[in-house]
Amino acid sequence: MLSDSNSLFMRNVSFSYFNGLVLRDIDLNIADGEMVGLIGPNGCGKTTLLKLACGVLSPIRGEVSLGGISLKKLSRKQVAQHVAVVPQYFNIPFAFTVAEVVLLGRTPFVSAISGETKRDHEMSALALGLAGINHLENRYFNDLSGGERQKVILAMALAQEPKLLLLDEPTTHLDISHQVEMLELVKSLNREQGVTIIAAMHDLNLASLFFDRLVLLKEGTIVADGSPREVLTESSILNVFSASVKVSQHPVTSTPHIVVLPREASQN
Amino acid sequence: MRKRNRAAIVLVSLALALIGAILLACALGAVSIPPLDIIKMTLNKIHFSNFQATWQPADETIIFQIRLIRVIGAALVGAALATAGVLFQGLLRNPMADPYITGTSAGAALGATIAMMLPLGLAFSGLGLIPIAAFCGALITILLVYNLARVGSKTPIVSMLLAGFVVSSMLSAIMSLLIMTNGELQLKLHSVFAFLAGSISVQYWSQIAVIAPLIIGGIIIALFFAFHLNAFSLGEEQAAYLGINVEREKIFILALGSLLTACAVSLSGLVGFVGLVMPHAVRLVLGPDHRLLIPAAALAGATFLVVADTLARTVLAPTELPVGILTALIGAPFFIYLLRRTRREYAF
Repeated sequence: MLSDSNSLFMRNVSFSYFNGLVLRDIDLNIADGEMVGLIGPNGCGKTTLLKLACGVLSPIRGEVSLGGISLKKLSRKQVAQHVAVVPQYFNIPFAFTVAEVVLLGRTPFVSAISGETKRDHEMSALALGLAGINHLENRYFNDLSGGERQKVILAMALAQEPKLLLLDEPTTHLDISHQVEMLELVKSLNREQGVTIIAAMHDLNLASLFFDRLVLLKEGTIVADGSPREVLTESSILNVFSASVKVSQHPVTSTPHIVVLPREASQN
Repeated sequence: MRKRNRAAIVLVSLALALIGAILLACALGAVSIPPLDIIKMTLNKIHFSNFQATWQPADETIIFQIRLIRVIGAALVGAALATAGVLFQGLLRNPMADPYITGTSAGAALGATIAMMLPLGLAFSGLGLIPIAAFCGALITILLVYNLARVGSKTPIVSMLLAGFVVSSMLSAIMSLLIMTNGELQLKLHSVFAFLAGSISVQYWSQIAVIAPLIIGGIIIALFFAFHLNAFSLGEEQAAYLGINVEREKIFILALGSLLTACAVSLSGLVGFVGLVMPHAVRLVLGPDHRLLIPAAALAGATFLVVADTLARTVLAPTELPVGILTALIGAPFFIYLLRRTRREYAF
């Protein structure tokens, strides 16, 4: 039903939970093969936007479509065969092994009656390899460190053979070396496997370093959309985050690099 | 595939253990009958063979008209409760969930009690309103408890235990009130108490004929949900990301668990702890993969209850204990042990 094109279109999308709009009139087009970072302060609607993009939430106004087809016309299963989500964190109350968790990425392909096929096992093995965690296969998920768990969750998402991968703050619980490793991995999936990436990012410098395009959200609306150089300016950050910063250049990559100013320095 | 072989070995061993337990349970009683004779007379009965009868004709009556009915009833109840426990625990991601703790049993019991108030001769035959009333009671209760316990998109252990306890207490109070005040129930007081304490009260093959297809069919349907139950173990949100229609399947699985509970309650009254302890014990040994867990827990639950029921009617013979007393005596200490363990392993 869905073609290989998996461009994501949001047209005039609004969403609210119980009180007040969380997202307001969002227009966003993301083409095949893009690598897009969503940035903005806590509660600006990044996670909600990701949930609308994979259809677990439906907009109260406007339309979200994938490859030209409205998400309303697709079943959860059909969407999950194209779109995978890496949540911030999850825990499992039972002692599943890594291999068992990653195989769950095949859920949208496995028939309830005939069970999983040889291809499902091949795809999970491939996903383990892509995430670089072949050696963890027989370990228990709950015994792993935060960084290792995050890779297992990524491998599970990759077992879904996603054309579009949504990540919700994939580096939040990781130390600095795992943050870089995780984003390198995501970038290589984008460059080598052609997976479209949309990630909510907390750390502006990492976002600047790894993403081609950044979308800046403030109180549920898009206030800037473009390359890191276009989006990460001193005025936009002051406006959106109410934080005084100095934007300089990264010494090696020349991408924008943000330095936080203490209050005294910014008053001078 | 080593894993598949291991699963086959486990299931065959459990099935053999169940057959052994059934044989032993049929052999024991006021008159003991050698297991070999039981095998021979059973094979004769199904026209598979024609062994010379080395036993009294009365023995055959004891086996086929009394003991086998009861033993098979016990096996069905054990299998149904253990499978319901697996379903509730997997769906709610909560190793403490079981038909008893979640209040489903109490709901089923109240439904059954109300059905017993009706002056219908059918009420105790297994064909009557009891299973239907028990099913409705079970389903309404689990939905009530689940919604009370739900905080946002999560169902924390503590609130589930509390909601289950509160609802169970309320339903038990209503049940006591009915028993104290209703004339029809007063006449059936002995049966009612046996029902509440949990005892295998199966007397006719017709009861088995009605309930067995429901329980066996329910367990087979549960197997189709095994893969999705694994996905539910990651949380409802993740299950939705993996393409599961969460709300629809959740209701279906809760209904299936309630059906199994209701079937068990209609055969045995309130037998506690089987649905909690069996899934847990099996999970500790074989791991949490529901594709193996469901059939293994069903077989282990059946075996456990056959053994417990045999003890219940032989330990203090000729006095018969309600089997629910035995399962609680074994189950309660295990539950306490789990609660203490939980703090380390199931921290949310």
